Amino acid sequence: MTNEIERHKYDILVIGAGGAGLRAAVEAREAGLRVAIICKSLFGKAHTVMAEGGAAASMGNVNENDNWMVHFRDTMRGGKFLNHYRMAELHAKESPDRIWELEMWGALFDRTKEGKISQRNFGGHEYPRLAHVGDRTGLELIRTMQQRIVALQQIDKAETGNAESNIKVFAELTITEILKEGGKVSGAYGYWRENGKEVLFEAPAIVLATGGVGKTFKITSNSWEGTGDGHALALKAGANLVDMEFLQFHPTGMVWPPSVRGILVTESVRGEGGVLTNTNGERFMFKYIPDVFKDKYADNEAEADRWYVDQDNNRRPPELLPRDEVSRAINSEVKAGRGTEHGGVFLDVSKRLSAEVIKKRLPSMWHQFYELAGVDITKEAMEVGPTCHYVMGGVEVEPDTAAAVGVPGLYAAGECAGGMHGSNRLGGNSLTDLLVFGRRAGMAAAAYVKSAGTTQVSQSAVQAASLRIQAPFTRTGGENPYKLHQELQEITHNLVGIIRTKTELDDAIVKIAELRKRIANITVSGNREFNPGFHLSFDLDNMLLIAESTAKSAVLREESRGGHTRDDFPKMSTTWRQINNISSFDGTQVKVSQQPLPVLPKELFDLFDPHELEKYMTPEELAKGGSN
Amino acid sequence: MARKLNLRIWRGNKESGALQNVIVEANEGEVVLDVIHRVQAEQLNDLAVRWNCKAGKCGSCSMEINGKPRLACMTQVSSFPEGEEITITPLRAFPVIKDLVTDVSFNYKKAMEIPSFQPPVGMKPGEPRMAQVDVERSQEFRKCIECFLCQDTCHVIRDHEENKSSFAGPRFFIRIAELDMHPLDILRNRKKKAQEEHGLGMCNITKCCTEVCPEHIRITDNAIIPMKERVVDEKYDPLRWLGSKIRKREGIL
Repeated sequence: MTNEIERHKYDILVIGAGGAGLRAAVEAREAGLRVAIICKSLFGKAHTVMAEGGAAASMGNVNENDNWMVHFRDTMRGGKFLNHYRMAELHAKESPDRIWELEMWGALFDRTKEGKISQRNFGGHEYPRLAHVGDRTGLELIRTMQQRIVALQQIDKAETGNAESNIKVFAELTITEILKEGGKVSGAYGYWRENGKEVLFEAPAIVLATGGVGKTFKITSNSWEGTGDGHALALKAGANLVDMEFLQFHPTGMVWPPSVRGILVTESVRGEGGVLTNTNGERFMFKYIPDVFKDKYADNEAEADRWYVDQDNNRRPPELLPRDEVSRAINSEVKAGRGTEHGGVFLDVSKRLSAEVIKKRLPSMWHQFYELAGVDITKEAMEVGPTCHYVMGGVEVEPDTAAAVGVPGLYAAGECAGGMHGSNRLGGNSLTDLLVFGRRAGMAAAAYVKSAGTTQVSQSAVQAASLRIQAPFTRTGGENPYKLHQELQEITHNLVGIIRTKTELDDAIVKIAELRKRIANITVSGNREFNPGFHLSFDLDNMLLIAESTAKSAVLREESRGGHTRDDFPKMSTTWRQINNISSFDGTQVKVSQQPLPVLPKELFDLFDPHELEKYMTPEELAKGGSN
Repeated sequence: MARKLNLRIWRGNKESGALQNVIVEANEGEVVLDVIHRVQAEQLNDLAVRWNCKAGKCGSCSMEINGKPRLACMTQVSSFPEGEEITITPLRAFPVIKDLVTDVSFNYKKAMEIPSFQPPVGMKPGEPRMAQVDVERSQEFRKCIECFLCQDTCHVIRDHEENKSSFAGPRFFIRIAELDMHPLDILRNRKKKAQEEHGLGMCNITKCCTEVCPEHIRITDNAIIPMKERVVDEKYDPLRWLGSKIRKREGIL
């Protein structure tokens, strides 16, 4: 069997073809190396296309007071000071260059009056900072990167006669395993989705850029590809995941009709006057204003309504509380039996604004729901609830190189890497995260390959990987992968969702372990030709590992912070702020241990007002004033 | 309000295939892709279909529904009368791989043949200044989600395999138009090449491509026709060509 396997030899293998993967590939190719890009779907379809708002970079085009230090502060605040400071620093410093570079490759951002790249306001950013193209910024980014790859291939074709001599895209291919020899990366193994034929890649360096894990949850804004492949491949290869308990739930995802379940209803719907009500018709958000926000948010409808016309003399409507607060409130209403039969609440903008105004201010929202679901938001309420949107946790990396800790030759960038966003990501920071760390990963992987040289893949490693791919067909009468996926999603939704408690998390850990036993017995019908059931059986294995890591990290972290809310520990803890939860895999189960969070160095510590830091840090930390 | 749907789904591979009748439940508000997923999970586990975002933004779930090229994620079940059979087939212009999945590599080959964006020599990152009104022309074409429905419906290649080698198709005409109208692009002769190398002349502006575009890009009116007109102008008037290039460079403030 093994001698029939298709083999390829590259310097660097990039797994994932979204913004981070493509940026890494460009960098590695420009460093003179041969790169293979693997995508699970067609080239140019990655989930990056879904990003709407923009890419945060302190170019200062709209407000010249903006600079990397302000951006750094905003990112740390957003992450509630659990971010790896060095990643946030590099990101804030390098984002403007990464955006300008896109323009040199043909990107066309919206402009200011002076003809510069326009920048828009966004939650958590002190100044207008998001470079954007209407509400399709992610598409612009992915298409620009895709076209940059094509441009490089055209150059290669002119020089070598072969467009794919230095960069080749392997579309619709799944990687099932990272191979190692002598503790170092030696390649990867996988199969073509089209025909199930197995493929071996020999490469001394791998960049993981596989994105998120949303499909582990029932309601998610992620596509089928968000199955945590990179997270799981890294774990199985001996790398660590950091802080997997932190998941961002967007408070207003559509829960009904099914055609749009999980799709985001942008925050601007609430900003324009959208009101949240329960099934009793009660505008419930007034009940959920936390003490710290009481002076900023209206506690009665009359004042909240006045805010839309007079923002100076009235407090904001409570629908505009931070994402985590709104998510928790919706969740509480539904749990108290005041939600819709589909587990959501109502969001209505039609009563406040005329159809004409809605279509003008929220054109894509109106258009999207009308065309996709027949819901006319100018006439009726939307049914919304929290949807799993983004994972802050990810592969533990060295900030400057994006090198995965513990596995020489392995790198990770973008959503599948952890640390950058701490416990909560600011909108707009992910697109520049992809570019900044995609580039750094490509650069560092290239330097590593040049110094480390090639490695050999052993026959036994190949055989083991091949047997694993064959297994689902060799069993009979076992479990249906679709059914197991639904069961997993029920467990995560009900027990590891937005509000967590010890008893439920313990229950989830037991149930996930039971599921893990059952997936060892998955059977797949049909043959290897483009067989979604077969594909799902591998994705499912990855998702189970992610769910286990998330549940086990969540039960340990006895505090509420950003994308992790514990009903039994509702406050932030200064002790837990100093700790990262590190997941590792011993071959049978995920183990979670604690590790100190790197301490802010003095020059970054000094960028903050000490009074602000008091909310997050212990008196001892404040007295030290940073690490040196 | 669940209803029973009678689907006829094409199943097969490059060798052979046939329509298979499937009865499946559809819930209120569902789109065709939801129903296909239910068939996949409950009846035909190995039914092949491409999809990604399920929000009309990635252009993966292109197929033909009752003979019309459409995105399955943007086709509501309620748009079909109760009791009507819905026939779902793969894109006809491209070779079948399996069931509803086709080999769309033709499009990636054509993408490779279009000369890339070329900024002015010596331009530095952060320097470009462009007016919003000037970028909007190209931005319309950059909305393209590469679903390739326009390619599928275009009769120049839909039933004429022999034209494929000399015809890039509507998707790539808007790519050329986008670059041609790009305020920073300095490559000459894009329109001429569109005519001579990419088959622009074979298009006889029936606007089928515009009709199927889920992004409502005015492919024919805003890209194809202006290029056809100007390529004719320039053919007979070299001064006009020169003038257009100078104006374009002035766009770089």
